[in-house]
Amino acid sequence: MALDIDKVREVAYLARIRIPEGDLEKLRGELNNIIGWVEQLAEVDTEGVEPMTSVVGGLEAPMRNDAVTDGHCPEKVLANAPELEERFYAVPKVVE
Amino acid sequence: MSYIVQGETGDWEVVCGLEVHAQAISKAKLFSGASVEFGAEPNEQVSLVDAAMPGMLPVINEYAVEQAVKTGLGLNAKINLHSVFERKNYFYADLPQGYQISQYLHPIVGEGTVVLDLEDGSTREIGIERLHMEQDAGKSIHDRDPRRTFIDLNRSGTCLMEIVSKPDIRTPEEAGAYLRKMRSILRYLGTCDGNMEEGSLRCDVNVSVRKVGETDLRTRAEVKNVNSVKFVMQAIEHEAERQIDVYESGGEVVQETRLFDSGKGETRSMRAKEFAHDYRYFPDPDLLPLRLDAAWVAKIEATLPELPDAKKNRFMRDFGLSAYDAGVLVAERETAEYFEAAAEGRDAKQAANWVINNLAGALGKLGLGIGESPVSAAGLGKLLDLIKDGTISSNIAKKVFEAMMETGDDPEAIVEAQGLKQVTDTGAIEAAVDAAIAAGENQVAQYKAGNQKIIGWFVGQVMKATGGKANPQTVNELLRKKLAG
Repeated sequence: MALDIDKVREVAYLARIRIPEGDLEKLRGELNNIIGWVEQLAEVDTEGVEPMTSVVGGLEAPMRNDAVTDGHCPEKVLANAPELEERFYAVPKVVE
Repeated sequence: MSYIVQGETGDWEVVCGLEVHAQAISKAKLFSGASVEFGAEPNEQVSLVDAAMPGMLPVINEYAVEQAVKTGLGLNAKINLHSVFERKNYFYADLPQGYQISQYLHPIVGEGTVVLDLEDGSTREIGIERLHMEQDAGKSIHDRDPRRTFIDLNRSGTCLMEIVSKPDIRTPEEAGAYLRKMRSILRYLGTCDGNMEEGSLRCDVNVSVRKVGETDLRTRAEVKNVNSVKFVMQAIEHEAERQIDVYESGGEVVQETRLFDSGKGETRSMRAKEFAHDYRYFPDPDLLPLRLDAAWVAKIEATLPELPDAKKNRFMRDFGLSAYDAGVLVAERETAEYFEAAAEGRDAKQAANWVINNLAGALGKLGLGIGESPVSAAGLGKLLDLIKDGTISSNIAKKVFEAMMETGDDPEAIVEAQGLKQVTDTGAIEAAVDAAIAAGENQVAQYKAGNQKIIGWFVGQVMKATGGKANPQTVNELLRKKLAG
């Protein structure tokens, strides 16, 4: 698989990273190199091997009891907000 | 029941599927220990996990999993003992992680069915495609400031069960019935409170149209934000007409997300979402696959309550109720329980009539739910006993019932205090009958000429004279006897 310029532009948009038009070609090359490198994995014969979706196998997901043990810390939650209004995060208007 | 829209080029049918987002009843959130209670101060019920602070790790709430499994069992669905949480990536101001933890390829619940009870008493099965668990986003408030949006993360991380139907729905009525039934089942199960105003039950509708006779599905539009039974029906009607217009004027329907405007009853395109469907799902590396024990699932299954369909069948079988009456009574668990308590050891059909007509009507006027009824099930039962043993007539019972609604008093006490006991003393009734016949020369002549209906006039006179307390059957018998003589 190789990316074209449009795909690079789309990926950048999805990641909300602003890329100057002139940098797209260079990034296309870099990304295609990475993809080519990862694609080497396809050479391994994985016939009959179950896909592994997490880095630790054979473990059960730990669970929590349904109890309120957290929250009630708005000062911590809001500490890094660039802008506040009352107890809300205030962000540039989202129009929809 | 079919719903056909006549266009200029022929007849069209509607194909719909519903996505219901049900907030699972729990104390804490899906992946954190913050409370999910509604109505807290902004950003009060937010842990650092819910605010997506770097380094925070999600740990799943076991009870939320139990609720999802319970719901799946209630929908007659397959429970997947192995399911996987994935990240659904998109940017929005009220989604601090930049992705929603959801399930995609391996949901916790697979295919199931819901049975609809339609207006004409018939039923129809709608397939369930899947149920998966996911986090809710925070809340954006757009109308408090002209240039800024305010974000409250209290809802962020709350456990949602997204229930996706198959595209089996063919009419707006079926869509409405589906949503009502889903709400009813969830409330019976105790897995979601079904409160649509507070947003604990939300709905998106997928709508497409096709010519009658076509078997393939055409392109669908997803209509968001249709949060009442009425709006779901309106949105489908409007969206179907819009799509038919597009096709008939030579255009093509595009797959897109549309927003329902309940004020105008219309849908409109959310154009800014051109890449929105590119969610780049991948398994969440912070969460191991969820593995359930079959014995644990069986244990949950053993705790399921009697659900509306089973209850409806039992009411029809054991009490001889019609499908319609049984359907009305079981829609809310509280109503069904009230009815059963009032009907216990009595004429069940009569009890059903009182609950469906008199009680529901009176509560509706007062804006009360059945749980807040001033007349208890035991009270209504006593009233029915008073009718049965002849203490009061059905007509007087309505009067007593009104007094019960007002005061919450015992029916016997009301009958006693207001002197409403039925007059069964034939002598007293006879006197009133004689007086009525004497006063109605004209009417007597009409009766003798063959106008049987005029007897109502005499009954009215007797009732007036006895304050409505005369036993109607005795009055009728006496009148017919005397008028014939």
